[in-house]
Formats: sequence, C-alpha cells, structure tokens
Amino acid sequence: MQDAGERVASRIEIHGTVQGVGFRPFVYRLGRDLGLDGWVRNDGGLVVMEAAGPAEAMRALPARLRADAPPHARVHEVRIGEPRGRAPAYGTGFRVDPSSPANRVATGDDLARIPPDLGMCDACRTELLDPSDRRHRYAFVNCTDCGPRATILDELPYDRERTTMRSFAMCEACADEYADPADRRFHAEPIACPACGPQLTWRAAAGDRRGDDALDAAETLLRGGGILALKGLGGYQLVCDATDQAAVARLRARKHRPAKPFAVMVTGPEEAAMLAGLTPAEVALMTSAARPVVLVARRVGGPLATAVAPGTDRLGLFLPATPVHHLLCADLARPLVVTSGNLADEPIAIDDGDAGRRLGGLADGFLGHDRVIRSRYDDSVVRVAAGRPSVVRRARGYAPEPLGLPFPAPEPLLAVGGQLKHTFTIARDGTAIVGPHTGDLERQDALEAFTTSLRQLCRVAGAEPRVVAHDLHPGYLSTQYATALPLTRVAVQHHHAHVASCAAEHGITGRFLGVAYDGLGLGDDGTLWGGEVLLADLRSYRRIARFGRAPLPGGAAAVRRPARMALGYLFGAERLGDGPRPPLEALAAPLLRRLPEAEVGTVRRMVSRGVNCPAASSAGRLFDAVAALLGLADNATYEGEAAVTLETHAAAHGAAPALPWRLTTRDGLVVYDPEPTLHGALQALRDGADTGSVAAAFHATLAAVTVAVCTRAAERHGTAVVCLSGGVMQNRVLVESLVAGLAAAGLTPLVNERVPANDGGLSYGQAAVAAARGRGE
Amino acid sequence: LGHGSGGRLSAELLGHVLLPALGAPPDAVAEDAAVVTVAGAELVLTTDAFVVDPLVFPGGDIGRLAVHGTVNDLAMMGAAPVALALAYIIEEGFPIADLRRHTASAGAAAAEAGVRIATGDTKVVGRGAADGLYVTTTGLGRRLPGARMSAGAARPGDAVLLSGPIGRHGMAILGARESLGFEAEIASDTRSLHRLAAAMVARGGAALHAMRDPTRGGLAAALNEIAAASAVGIMIDEEAVPVPALVAAACDLLGLDPLHVANEGCLVAMVAADAADATLATMRATPEGRDAVRLGTVVADHPGRVVMHTLMGGRRVVDVLVGEQLPRIC
Ligand SMILES: [Fe+3]
Ligand SMILES: [Mg+2]
Ligand SMILES: [Zn+2]
Ligand SMILES: [Zn+2]
Repeated sequence: MQDAGERVASRIEIHGTVQGVGFRPFVYRLGRDLGLDGWVRNDGGLVVMEAAGPAEAMRALPARLRADAPPHARVHEVRIGEPRGRAPAYGTGFRVDPSSPANRVATGDDLARIPPDLGMCDACRTELLDPSDRRHRYAFVNCTDCGPRATILDELPYDRERTTMRSFAMCEACADEYADPADRRFHAEPIACPACGPQLTWRAAAGDRRGDDALDAAETLLRGGGILALKGLGGYQLVCDATDQAAVARLRARKHRPAKPFAVMVTGPEEAAMLAGLTPAEVALMTSAARPVVLVARRVGGPLATAVAPGTDRLGLFLPATPVHHLLCADLARPLVVTSGNLADEPIAIDDGDAGRRLGGLADGFLGHDRVIRSRYDDSVVRVAAGRPSVVRRARGYAPEPLGLPFPAPEPLLAVGGQLKHTFTIARDGTAIVGPHTGDLERQDALEAFTTSLRQLCRVAGAEPRVVAHDLHPGYLSTQYATALPLTRVAVQHHHAHVASCAAEHGITGRFLGVAYDGLGLGDDGTLWGGEVLLADLRSYRRIARFGRAPLPGGAAAVRRPARMALGYLFGAERLGDGPRPPLEALAAPLLRRLPEAEVGTVRRMVSRGVNCPAASSAGRLFDAVAALLGLADNATYEGEAAVTLETHAAAHGAAPALPWRLTTRDGLVVYDPEPTLHGALQALRDGADTGSVAAAFHATLAAVTVAVCTRAAERHGTAVVCLSGGVMQNRVLVESLVAGLAAAGLTPLVNERVPANDGGLSYGQAAVAAARGRGE
Repeated sequence: LGHGSGGRLSAELLGHVLLPALGAPPDAVAEDAAVVTVAGAELVLTTDAFVVDPLVFPGGDIGRLAVHGTVNDLAMMGAAPVALALAYIIEEGFPIADLRRHTASAGAAAAEAGVRIATGDTKVVGRGAADGLYVTTTGLGRRLPGARMSAGAARPGDAVLLSGPIGRHGMAILGARESLGFEAEIASDTRSLHRLAAAMVARGGAALHAMRDPTRGGLAAALNEIAAASAVGIMIDEEAVPVPALVAAACDLLGLDPLHVANEGCLVAMVAADAADATLATMRATPEGRDAVRLGTVVADHPGRVVMHTLMGGRRVVDVLVGEQLPRIC
C-alpha cells in the first residue's frame, strides 16, 4: 500500500499528430501499466491527460509518452502542468474520457493537426483474408493502426461522431471491441463490420447491386477489359487491367490522356518486384502507411501493356491502401491501372453525383459505397533520387500532416501557390499545413476544389489567415484570388518560392545558393524566368545567374509543342557570344524537313517580328528544344513529356562527357549561353552519334554548367549550401549528377524531399518566405 | 506601359488611374458610351481614338473602322447614331492621297450607316511624333425608346447571344501588319451594328439587359466586363462559339486564343430567357446577325467569372489577357 505523500498528480497536454493514430488507447494502456489513476481524452486538436500515481512512475511518464508512442503518432510537444480540478483519487483507475470538442484555446498557438489516412495494416489484411473471421472479405476493415482519417473528418477532435462514419450505428460486436482496452480496435473511430458498416454498391447499365455481388460485378467488368470507376479513399479512381493493351488504350482515349504514364497497383512487394527493379528504400516507401505511388525502374518485357507507360523507363507502382483495393488486386491476380477519376488536370471526383456526371462517359461501371468522402486526397507520388525519398505529388497519406517552418509566422498566413499542380499552404507559428493537390486552376472544378478545401482546412485546423502570400504572375488565378482577399499581401517571386521550399524543408535560416530550374515563372523584371541561380535567404534573394533567353513562338503553344521551342532557339536565341553565329539551322535540317513548311515559315516570321514570342531564360524549355532537335518529341501531351523522354534516353546510355558550353556576363549576371551546347549536340548527331549519347551529354553539360556557376558563387559569397528546386529537378539523371558534382566541389546540395520540387511545392515556399519576411523588420 | 491590348492592364488603367482622376466613384460601371439627358431627350455620347497599324487591311481601313467603331459604341447603348465628329492627327509627310482615300472611306461608311459627319479637326505633328495617321471619332446618338441595356444589368438566367463569327478583325490586322502568310485570306468583319441593335431593341425592349461589341480583348474581355459589372457568372459552350476555320487555323499557328482576338462587326447580348428565342430569330433576320448563335447562359454561380464548357467535357475559366500574353504554364 502506498502512502498518499509519495503520489504526484499532473495535467499533461500532448501536442502533435496525436489523434487518429491510436494515441488514447496507448495512453490508457500506459496509465494502467504504470499504476496511475486518472483519465485521457481528445481535447480540440490535442490529447490531454490528468493522472496521479507514484512519483517515480509520473517522472517516467513524459519520456514514455514520446518514446513508446504508436508508430503513426508525431509527438511535437509534451506540456506538464497542475491538474485543473481535484487530482484523480487513489484507486479510481485509469480511463478514456469523452472528447472535449473544439476547445480552440487548448490547441495553444499551434495549428490543430489533422491525421492523414493510413493504409491497411497487416493485422487487418490477415482478417480480411481469413474465412473464419467475421470481417472476412469486408471492404471496410480498419483498426487504430489503419484506415480513413483526413478523408472522412468533419471536425477535430477525431471521434466517430465528427466523421462521416457517424451515420453508421455500431453493432453490439463492434461496440464491444471499441470499448475493450485489450482489443486492437479499442477506440478505433471508423470501426465497422458487415453487420453495421458501409457497404459496396455497384451501378452500371445492366443494373445495381450491393455487397459481395457489387465486388463480383466490378471484377467481371475488369476481367472483360472494361473500365471501372472506383470510389477510393480520397476520391474516385479509374481502374482497368494493366495487362490488357486494348483496355488501357480505351482508358487513354476516354480520359484524353494520350501518353502520360499511368500508375499500376499490385498486391504486394513480390508482385511489384516482378514488374520493376526495386531498392530496399523503394520497398520501404511502397509498404509505408501512406502507400504512395512509387516511381521505380521498370523491368524490360513483362506482362504490362505498353500503353501503361510509353516512352519512359520508370513505372509508378503502388500497393493497395484499402481493403477493397486489396480484394480487387488479389482476386484478379493481375496488375491494375489505377488513375485519378477525372479528366486531365481536373481535380479527382469525390461526390457520388458529381462522379456520375463527370465519369459517366469514362467508365463502364461504378463500384461505390455509402460512406461519404469529406475531403479530396488524390494518390501521392514519391520516388527515390540521390538516395533520398522525395515526394512528387503530396496528397493521400501525407497531406495534411504539418511541416515545420524555420521562421515562425508571426501572424496566421495563407499561401495560395501557383497555377498548375496547385496546392495552398496555411501556416501559424512554426507549423505549415500544405493542402491537397487540386490540379490546374484554369479548370473551374479545380478552382472550386481549391476554395472548398481551403475553407475546410482553415476551419478544422483553426486558422484564420491575416496575411496572404502569392506569386508575382498577375494571370495566375491563385494570384487573382489572393488580391481579392482583404488581407495583407506578400508577393513572392516564383523561383524564390521554389528554392525557399527546399531551404525551409531543411531548416536553413541563413544564406544559400538557390538553383531554380523549371519551365516558366514570372521574374521580378517582368520577363519569364526558369533557369536561375539565386543568392538567397528565406526573406529575399538576388538573381546572380541565368540561362540565355529564347523566344517562345506562340507562348503556351511553344510549351505544348517542343518542336516550336527548338525553332525558337534556332531562329531567335539571345546572342551572347561574339563571333559569327554557328550554323545551327543547317545542322538542324532533319527537324526543319520534318515540320510543316508553313509552320516553319510562320514561326520564323513570328520570331523576327516578335509576334506572340515572349522570351524566357528557361532550363525546362531548353530540355524541350533539345528533345525536339534530337527527334525524340515534337509535341508534349503532358507537362514535361519531352524532358522525360530525353532523360529516359540519357539514362539508358549512361555517363557521357559534357558538350561544349560557355558562361558569359550580361548586366552583372552570369549567363549560360546554350548556343555552343546546341551546336555541339547537332554536330554530334550529324556525325552519327546516337540520340542516347547526345541526351546523356546534354545532361552532363547542364550539371557541369551548374556546378561551375555554384562553385564560383559559393566562393564569392561565402556560402556552401545549394538548394535545388523547380520542376526540372524531377529529372533524376540531372539531380543525381548535380548532387554528386556539387558535393565533389565541397558544397552541400539539398533537394526537396517532403514537398514537391515542382509547382506543388510553391505554396510551402511562399509560406516560408512570407513568415520570414513578417518577422519585425 | 503594357496597357494597350484590351486586357487586364487596360481595365486597371481605367479603374485605378483614369476614373479616379476624374472623380468617378470607384465602382462606376464602364460603358462604351454615356447617356446624357438634354432637355428631356436621352442622348448618347461616345469618343474613340483609332491608332490601327496598318492603316489599310483586308476588309477595311482606318476611315471605315473609325466610323464603325463609334457607331457601334452608340449602338451598344441602344442609340441611333445622329452625328459624328472626326479629328485627325497627321504625321508630317503623310501622303495627301492617302488622307483623301481614308476620308472618302470614312464618308462612305457614314453614308452606309445613315449618319452625318458633322464636323472635324486636323493637326499635323512633326515626323516621328505620330505614326502616319491617328483618328479620333466622337459620336452623338439618340437613345431608342425602350432601350435600357447596361453592362451592369445582366441577370442570372439570361441567354448569352452572339451575332456572328469571331476573330476576323484581329487576325486580319495581325496578318497584314506582320505578313504572316494568311493576310490574303482573312478579312476584317468591320461594319456598323446599329441596325441590328435597333431591331433587337424593338423586339426585346426591357428583356435586352446588356450588350457589348467584343472589340479589343475579344469575346473573353467583353464577357468578363459584363460578368464583373453585373456581379454574375457567365457559362458558355465551346461548341457554340463560332470560329471561322481560317481564323482557327491562324490562331493555332500563332498560339492565340480566338476568344482573345478583336472583332469590329459582332455583338454579344444578355437577354431574358423568355425573350431569347424571339431575339435570336430577329437577329438572324438581319444581314449583320445572320449567323447569330446562343452561346450560353448567365448564372448566379461564380460571380465575376466566365466559364466555358470545353469540347473535352471539362469547364475552363475564360480569363482576360494580362498585358502581352505571358504563359501561365510552368
Ligand atoms: Fe515552377
Ligand atoms: Mg470603344
Ligand atoms: Zn488495421
Ligand atoms: Zn459491426
């Protein structure tokens, strides 16, 4: 028997991602193990406990709360104080109390943390496949370690009654498991079983069905080469047999997506390994709770239809995140194409009626269910480059998990991002939440998805922005949205935002060199940039180097047609050298012969007269031009297609020596003149070099140029950190040689890992800059 | 100053610089012409400067254009043109023969339109102080009985009607100026629209809510102006937008959007739903409106924004251009 004098009582607040991750059950068990009396509950976005017990146990408690936390929890802070009321009485035991809803004060000065969705765990999968289990083949199995979270959440705290599961009353068996501390479904909020939970539904021309019959109908459709609209975790998906060339071709035609690679879902890592060469890091990513699409090296041959991923040696593979995905994959025993349920560049459909309207012409049948999707989270895409995982699209399973900011935001802020691959970020103090990916804002559906999820995320996370950060481009619909808000505005240059996104992820607070290579972004001089080296910190930047400019004949038309970009360089590249122009046109005869005469003539005239020919200092456009000059891509049916093709050829060839290049100076900037490089590439082609070797040499050239510029700038400005960002940094061949080259030169290269290097990461970079600028100047 | 292309920057120049400098309220609706009541009579007054390059282009010249543009501005406010005033700014050395020719062509256009050129002025400036010939036209009109249209008067439910194909004027000018290879094939649509407008007023009356001629900035700018001024959304169907094949091909080659290309001979109108069919029939019965179409509908959703159902099945935001065309693609 203990003496009352040895007892200590405390109130403990646990901040972080602590809801929807089995934290209360964990605290409950910990409390019992340590012999404590008291309670734990969700309170606003926090977990709060008051406990009394032996002094030694109470001293050990905070460390145990951190060290033993469930795998998906992120404990940010443990605050210890005095109990608010009477200390829990001795011998009353430890219990889970009802949540205290929306007590915003309790979230302190942090944004509330919304738990991302978690892929199905092994224990649940075992039950799913066990004929003797009461959840055998039940498509909505979940537990405290897995299942829907952010996608079904209305409000914090995360409890069943504040999710779209509230319309399903628990049966007795489920209620018992939910209340049993020894059960792994103790306080599993979306707990369900065939008797009480959501049911699959099937809608097709031939008639509607429910439950197992619905799944059967969907599988019959897929076996027959049909296209299925599947209501997934964060939105509708389109699914077809990945080994059926005709089915994949049909999906491409209906989706107006001629060539952009499709992701492929397989049952497990073994099946994945048959389609692709996987590194342990890639397997770890693939099997992680986020279950992202992982871009991996495709095996030559194999059962996949060629239409799945034409023109690239990479393949997006992922494992089932939910029971219904697992059942489809396992039953059909073949890889499945799984792609967003939308038209290209539009947001994924989540509402049943909307999906029916928008996907009706795309799918042959709908496998849905009666659980509402509250928030839209597309599948995430990740890859490993230079040994580090880096996210290409940050959505289901990752968003809206908060990221840190090196400089806390003095006022709550909103960063509205760019135009394509759009995301927004809300931030308060040291926390930033990057919202889900909404597509191209020029699409009305994307614009609506953006404003809807912004409102929703602000409400749930408890953010009331006072400052809005946006791009300089007045034509971005995000900029127009921002300028109409009655908030303090911070304009952030596109490429500064890119490199800041990388620096902020890595906690860089001082000066760094920012290498921003992407397609196009508006510069502070009113011209288009895209091949820039900045001397920057999170507050400001100075442009110190750029690529030579070339006209974009027809503006966006030149982006969609790399062959035009090639003509832009041939006819109008910025003159940076002395001496006579090298005979680029003569060497480019194959391109000029291949293109329609009228087009070549008009483009030549457009360039000489400056008709709709904005000039850009862009790295991405140079990639396009080289791909076209090499005869690899005259058109781009999706963003970056030409560059992907060029990279694929370079990767297949392996290492190559650089082509000629030249650095010069203009208006105080170091300028890379691509003319000698283009000349060298065309000469090599004329002399019979194969396209792979020239593609590889071109990559090597850009790496050499960049390392030279950075080495020189690092010396002059006394900074060794180099942040690499922008859409071009999705090119693995380039990034890996850059990282190696910069490291060999004694510099510290950093790349984006947790937010995309493409425009999906812009909003986070804008937030980091706005926060840094907001610190009392 | 990149404010000349009729896009967002032009609107900003007007809204942030010019109107405030004149003491106008910040939310004033910018119409093509002003209604002035004199001794109980509703008169309409407009003025326009023409600086077209080249001065002669397929389908017209600066003289015809100056008359048509001014007559049309009056017509868009429901006015019958009464009189025009013409002012020239001439660069020293400009050929007299050309001056005679443009003036004759203005006279002919006025005669066709049934309007008198009542007065005028000429100034000669030194070489280089102007580029050839600039024309400023002022127009006076009498508002037709029953005409009540205003850019701010479109209502949800209204039909969006367009009198004919788009894109010809802008492409004709560009082709002629830059010799891009299609200059012989595309002629400007420049013409007077007041008879068409009068027929619509007579037929539609109070049901005719708003009317614009989509000149600089094209159909996109005209629709956006009405959406903003009326605080309504506008939905149009790409399928219904009449773009002549040659214009479409030229736009494709140049990377231009026909919705952004200037017109000088068509109008867009917002008409109450129950009067839409009759108004459309009336339009089609006139030579200027023979190819009139119903483009879409005014909606309560997305106020201030124009959205297009695309041929691919999505919905695209139809925005006005920002200064010179700057791609938004990254
Ligand atoms: Fe970018
Ligand atoms: Mg006018
Ligand atoms: Zn589980
Ligand atoms: Zn149950």
